[in-house]
Amino acid sequence: MKFAILVFPGSNCDLDAYYLVKDVLKHEAYYVRYDQQDLDRCDALILPGGFSYGDYLRSGAIARFSPVMEAVQEFAEQGGLVFGICNGFQVLTEAGLLPGALYRNQSLQFRCRQVFLRVENGDTPYTGSAARGDVLKIPVAHGDGCYYAPPDVLKQMEENRQILLRYCDAKGEITEEANPNGSSDNIAGVCNKRGNVAGMMPHPERAGEAVLGSEDGLVIFESICHYMEQF
Amino acid sequence: MEKSLKTLGYETVQRVRVGKYMEVFLDADSREKASDLVKEMSQRLLSNPVIEDFSYTLQEPEDGK
Repeated sequence: MKFAILVFPGSNCDLDAYYLVKDVLKHEAYYVRYDQQDLDRCDALILPGGFSYGDYLRSGAIARFSPVMEAVQEFAEQGGLVFGICNGFQVLTEAGLLPGALYRNQSLQFRCRQVFLRVENGDTPYTGSAARGDVLKIPVAHGDGCYYAPPDVLKQMEENRQILLRYCDAKGEITEEANPNGSSDNIAGVCNKRGNVAGMMPHPERAGEAVLGSEDGLVIFESICHYMEQF
Repeated sequence: MEKSLKTLGYETVQRVRVGKYMEVFLDADSREKASDLVKEMSQRLLSNPVIEDFSYTLQEPEDGK
């Protein structure tokens, strides 16, 4: 299984993703630079966290026009798995590959802590190894993580089962207190209608070993691997 | 900010909002073309239509540069 990991100027979770894929999951991983024209036949693509282009203008707004993004668009159109984490999620919304946008956190403060996430749809390439209602402990680290989509879009997403994860408490209850950034309906992760492009603000790649406080992030990557083995 | 202004004694303040202000310098044959270009740039990059609105005004440089 070959995972390509995009690297924009200012990406800083690229190594975390690389380490998880290569050393923890024992799959092949390689970097693809922002100025490359092709993805070198990867099976899945990860857009990592960080502060691409210093978050100038808006988070992800400049990265979205990087030369490599044309190949990303093409790969997504062909049905390839494109997974954005944190800043990668922001890039995918800016690129129009995922619905909605990410605002400044409602608190206006950077939030860096463990959160709980409830799996809302266990039937996607990203959550297939989990079951609906499962609670995952995964950290967030962001300043612009407040998910917003217009009400009619949210309704459509709900109908299409595009909401993957919601912020919840340790028991899986969706509460205001459990929402670290003010996201609409506690949304933490979404996918496109087809299900092959997904993004989430929390960092599953930072929850891949017990020593890090949680291994719950592995279920996301295991889901991706299982999906790719099947198809 | 609203609270800070009130703390400073500006009790009549009703609402404060922060936005982005950008200046784009460009060459164009006409005001109309300049307007079209700025609109296009604003839609494609300078704003995110999902969460932002924009408005713009055109100004010709006084020194002709």
